[in-house]
Amino acid sequence: MTFRSAAGARKVPLRHPWWWAGGAVLLLLIAMFTHLLVTNENMRWSVVVAYLFDAEILGGLVTTLELTALAMVAGLALGIVLAVMRLSANPLFRSVSWLWLWFFRGVPPLVQMVFWFNLATLIPVIELGVPLGPTLASWDTNTVISSFSAAILGLALTESAYAAEMIRAGIQAVPKGQTEAALVLGMSKFQVMRRVVLPQAIRIVVPPIGNDLISMLKFTSLVSVLATPDLLYSAQMIYSRNYRTIPLLLVATIWYLVLTTLLTVAQQHVEQRMRLARGTVPGPVGKRLRFLPLFGRA
Amino acid sequence: MTDIPLLRVERVSKAFGGNQVLREVSLDVRAGQVQCVIGPSGSGKSTLLRCVNRLEVPDSGHVYLEGEPIGYRWKGESLYELTPSQLAVQRRRMGMVFQNFHLFPHRRVIENVTEGPVVVGGMDRAAAREQAMALLSKVGLAEKADAFPESLSGGQQQRVAIARSLAMRPALMLFDEPTSALDPELVGDVLDVMKDLANEGMTMVVVTHEMGFARDVSDHVVFMDGGCVVESGTPEQIFGAPEHERTRSFLSRVI
Repeated sequence: MTFRSAAGARKVPLRHPWWWAGGAVLLLLIAMFTHLLVTNENMRWSVVVAYLFDAEILGGLVTTLELTALAMVAGLALGIVLAVMRLSANPLFRSVSWLWLWFFRGVPPLVQMVFWFNLATLIPVIELGVPLGPTLASWDTNTVISSFSAAILGLALTESAYAAEMIRAGIQAVPKGQTEAALVLGMSKFQVMRRVVLPQAIRIVVPPIGNDLISMLKFTSLVSVLATPDLLYSAQMIYSRNYRTIPLLLVATIWYLVLTTLLTVAQQHVEQRMRLARGTVPGPVGKRLRFLPLFGRA
Repeated sequence: MTDIPLLRVERVSKAFGGNQVLREVSLDVRAGQVQCVIGPSGSGKSTLLRCVNRLEVPDSGHVYLEGEPIGYRWKGESLYELTPSQLAVQRRRMGMVFQNFHLFPHRRVIENVTEGPVVVGGMDRAAAREQAMALLSKVGLAEKADAFPESLSGGQQQRVAIARSLAMRPALMLFDEPTSALDPELVGDVLDVMKDLANEGMTMVVVTHEMGFARDVSDHVVFMDGGCVVESGTPEQIFGAPEHERTRSFLSRVI
């Protein structure tokens, strides 16, 4: 055997014939599907276009956004409290938090919404007062619980349970040394949590929370059951009058996709920004978590 | 009043599970003194330091800062345990530098140094920045003020950590193996900063494996083994004429 040098020889890269075969099949399927979408008359694209910016649809869109934002903010705020309780040294706090998670993670949001909507049958009057003492204020339950507030309650309470678990994981992922370094500076437990632990925990949980936000946007469509005029219910009301069911569902679908796409882009943007903030580039100081007022500088 | 030591550790014991880490350890540190605590790994040096600022609660014994018991207050003849926020006030007077720095990764270098004075001390932000820049210049890192800790070397991070502690103007600085996590060529810069501090009269307790530093900079050396103080004295005594066999065998292994 003599040694044969590879220097100067012609090199043939690996071929991938199956990529091309698989690609061809996929392209064919996509073409067939597009053909179906475009040529099927029942799609009635002209109706879709006509209703895409209809005032009723746009009103529903706003309601959907309001529901998403309110339920998410309330859910996250409650979630932080529950997560801190869950990690507390006080066994009573831990148990209450555990029970809360067990209940609100276990009961479907739709069941909760219907339940909250019918709260008046259980508690006709909501009273604020000293236990065993005088009543300070009272409201008729039916005026407090609208279909909108029942929807918010159902969505926010479910979200609080999921958010609590994510935030707990985030808090536990922050190294213990961070807490110690803050304590030896003389920070109180609250300051340690707010200034040092939570800002780092939030960075860890942004991807799952972004995911949750997108889920929340879609879960708001459940409120159509309570006749809250969200995006889906607005479309339903229109097609119950004109019987153009598929085109109006398409209108709703398009808007849901637009919103989830925007949220996905926003999430990537936030994650990117936070990577930059921890990287080596000393960018302008003002460009970090300022979108969360809680974590801005004091 | 002059006979009150700045720091007194009085018969402190601590066990983790069945492992007795500290056995009735006592020591006194006078104002302006630099004490080095040396000894083999697992001898309880770090735990002793963590008991001083109550990151670990001693099982028995007490720690006094300027005569005041750490973690308690006198009321008549009884000692009442402090609330976490009262303890936080006591901790402000003791700075601590950790083996692994523990800088806040989400804050710039300058913000790491201003965080304590602004959030805890209620200092005006501009004044805190000015003080922070002075401290960063002192540790030779003024040009890194706007960088994030992640982009610094270990030695630089440790010097920022020292500046962060000094920003609280502590009466006492605790150093927990400040150079043990560093690459050998970065150790010198950190030790230089610590030497400067010592020369300025800062009271320091330094747990270290740097025997050169202990010999040259400290006023007093404490040798610990098995959770006890085996021997303590001036560096000349400990390094020149150690009395105990354990001290001699430890020193012969590390020098």
